[in-house]
Amino acid sequence: MTGATLQARPPAFLPNWPARLAWIALAIYTVYAASLLDVTWARFVLGLEQGARFISRMFPPDTAPDKLALLAKGLYETVEIAVIASILGILLSLPIGLLAARNLMPPWVTWPTRLFVVLCRSFHQVIIAILFVKAVGFGALAGILALTVASIGFVAKLFAEAIEEISMKQVEAIRATGAPFMNVITYGVMPQVLNRFVGFATYQFDSNLRNSTMVGIVGAGGIGGTMFAAFQKFDYDYLLTILLAIIALIMLSEVLQNWIKKIYR
Amino acid sequence: MVAAERATGAVAIEVRGLCKEYKRGVPVLRDISIAFPDRGITAVIGPSGTGKSTLIRCINRLVEPTAGQVLFHGLDMVKLRGRALREARRRIGMVFQEYNLVERLSVMENVLSGRLGYVSPLKAWLRRYPPADIDAAWELLDTVGLTAFANQRADALSGGQRQRVGIARAVMQHPALLLADEPTSSLDPKTSVEIMELMTALADSRRIPVILNIHNVPLARRFATHVIGMAGGHVVYDGTPEGLTDDHLKQIYGGEDWLE
Repeated sequence: MTGATLQARPPAFLPNWPARLAWIALAIYTVYAASLLDVTWARFVLGLEQGARFISRMFPPDTAPDKLALLAKGLYETVEIAVIASILGILLSLPIGLLAARNLMPPWVTWPTRLFVVLCRSFHQVIIAILFVKAVGFGALAGILALTVASIGFVAKLFAEAIEEISMKQVEAIRATGAPFMNVITYGVMPQVLNRFVGFATYQFDSNLRNSTMVGIVGAGGIGGTMFAAFQKFDYDYLLTILLAIIALIMLSEVLQNWIKKIYR
Repeated sequence: MVAAERATGAVAIEVRGLCKEYKRGVPVLRDISIAFPDRGITAVIGPSGTGKSTLIRCINRLVEPTAGQVLFHGLDMVKLRGRALREARRRIGMVFQEYNLVERLSVMENVLSGRLGYVSPLKAWLRRYPPADIDAAWELLDTVGLTAFANQRADALSGGQRQRVGIARAVMQHPALLLADEPTSSLDPKTSVEIMELMTALADSRRIPVILNIHNVPLARRFATHVIGMAGGHVVYDGTPEGLTDDHLKQIYGGEDWLE
């Protein structure tokens, strides 16, 4: 244990300077960006007061029969948009995700497919919804199309990544039996990714359910339109009714998802 | 330096001038020419990284050879494309070192996947196999002793049981040739012998010639009817297991301390 032998060894853990610098830069930027927001104590106290008044005006929730009927209609349309958009989006994502998987497809197939998927994911659902409202008019159809496109953007990417992580040994074995390509997919690939696909699909359905409450704001159908109108007319008690209904809906979907995932573990 | 005894009689598959380079200028197989006998078990022995797996995978084209011919019942496997390649592969069963079962499918589904070269995608997906295939699968499961596990998922099985399923899947193809890539390397010594006995018995009763990669020399000597020794991408021995001397083994594996 002389000094010479100690010096001869390199350090056991090398410092990662690029990562350290990146973290420091991020911390500096966060402090700088926060300083631009002009948050003061006075403003915070005022905000608390206004928040309290807003919440007090929400109680009790409005349960007038005509309002409830309007709510039911909006919710029904919201669920309709979410279900149809999820099913369409997921079905389209299956082949698109497969075409984007770099371990099964050549680059000249995966690159255009990946570009398409990135395009689908580039814009927020509400922006896509505005485009479809312009294209097909107000109503649920615009919402369905917007959320279908958005679903492809996420689910196809996740499907492709799941396929890229499979064990090629199982694929190799099926290929060695002389199986045609589609049999390699249904036996070598699908069993390996099915439970993850179900996870992504239910997650996207959950996401679509929440997003379909939003697209109504730009006229693409669902409860969002009603909610936005209640907000603008200062109908805060009705707004609370709508919010509670949305929370119940999301909870219901959570229960449903857990149940589905349990089946496809 | 190839041993004098050459296989006489019929040939299951013949490799001529086979070369493989994964990286340009770094050959793994250097001009391999072997005629594999069409009966019994041919063991390919040699140290790790000498191209045994590559040789076996070049036969059914899971690996693309760089040059050479693989002659199988009058066809050059190397030239086949698309459907013709798949039809040739259907007649070559393969058993893998790590079993390569589809983990999330049942034992029965794994055995029946040996028929995927014959069953259309829709029927395969709906599990509508011809009744004759299903009968054959039950019969094979009886033979390998896994009837009670038919509906269990493959990932619930032990290593030895998995390899039995792997063998059943390969035999389901009614192959004219069975390839086995280190089928016992992931198994304990007792299970290794059982797996070798099972493969020998099936190959015997169904008259399927077997080409087997193995680095366990005693196991090769015990079960093989023919031995190919490889070193450095060359064939250095081609003859009977009895003819394999310590000098040959020294040449194949290098050194001699391990022979004690």
